[in-house]
Amino acid sequence: MGAQVITIASGKGGVGKTTAVANLAVALAADGARVACIDGDIGLRNLDVVMGLENRIVYDVVDVIEGRCRLRQAMIRDKRLPELYLIPAAQTRDKSAVTPSDMIRLCNELRAEVDWVIIDSPAGIERGFKNSIAAADRVIILTNPEVSAVRDADRVIGILEAEEKGTPTLIINRLNPVMVKQHDMLSADDVLDLLAIKLIGIVPEDEGVIVGSNRGNPVALDPKSRAGQAFRNIAKRLKGETVPFMDLEAGTSLWSRLMGRK
Amino acid sequence: MFNFFKPKKSAASAKERLQLVLIHDRTDLTPAELDALKDDLLDVISKHVDIQPDEVRIGLERDGRSQRLVADIPLRSISRRRGG
Ligand SMILES: Nc1ncnc2c1ncn2[C@@H]1O[C@H](COP(=O)(O)OP(=O)(O)O)[C@@H](O)[C@H]1O
Ligand SMILES: [Mg+2]
Repeated sequence: MGAQVITIASGKGGVGKTTAVANLAVALAADGARVACIDGDIGLRNLDVVMGLENRIVYDVVDVIEGRCRLRQAMIRDKRLPELYLIPAAQTRDKSAVTPSDMIRLCNELRAEVDWVIIDSPAGIERGFKNSIAAADRVIILTNPEVSAVRDADRVIGILEAEEKGTPTLIINRLNPVMVKQHDMLSADDVLDLLAIKLIGIVPEDEGVIVGSNRGNPVALDPKSRAGQAFRNIAKRLKGETVPFMDLEAGTSLWSRLMGRK
Repeated sequence: MFNFFKPKKSAASAKERLQLVLIHDRTDLTPAELDALKDDLLDVISKHVDIQPDEVRIGLERDGRSQRLVADIPLRSISRRRGG
């Protein structure tokens, strides 16, 4: 059957796509799966530093596509997990170096090598985004509980529906339970009501995420991290396990609603 | 400073504003275009029946990920028309 290809997209930049790709990849690989992630942001390489693999890069995704190396040579092996690989973006090229059919071909080759392919989409709705969703079996939309991020997420969901990519699922990232309780941040319920797609995870605002990025250690590797726990839960849900949503907003209706659903 | 009305909590404003913005984004209809649509719709309907213009309600509603144009257009009854 081969790997499942998952793309994380958002429309807006800076909402946490790269963070989520790194953490989901790490969480799946820590559970024994073979995982390859692809940095889809040609010209703005990022996933390598978030994963702490920037010093190991020799070849990149454009080198594979243009035939300068074999796929295996561009798959950088993680230093912590034996079956986790990164295919980095090209830093000195632009998005036009890659086409959607290049991505489909690359992912089809990867499907035989690993269990999961996770693609980090760039912001926007142009070429880089189109490249990133071309090979996806499923797309995850990531947003923040904030007006511009939600609006852009809705646009991207609309585009995916129009292109018959199916309805994506949703990660709400950087939710701050204290602000929600003070009614100064959209709640997860509000965002779900607005976007009307299925939720796959809520990740709290967590300073540890930035500390982890500073060190190149995704928080999903830290058993005590709240955000890390949220990412590990999402990884389990991707595998089809039923995991209750973390009680980030004790006292709101979300908890009971989600629990009542299953 | 006299402020009798405590400002609405910002989350409620965010949600209300997003509800409106998303409906216009999804339908690609600006508020002005929607008004023009309403006027045209009423013109056509008025050719066939007598309506009560002041009580007409036409608007876009959200239903999950789809939108519908909902119109409630009360008609003037014949008896009232005759009786004046
Ligand atoms: N849950 C979180 N809590 C705190 N900071 C976060 C969280 N998620 C992401 N960040 C921070 O937000 C910034 C943008 O994240 P990034 O993953 O680069 O976004 P994107 O790839 O969507 O542009 C980074 O500094 C990252 O560390
Ligand atoms: Mg990024």
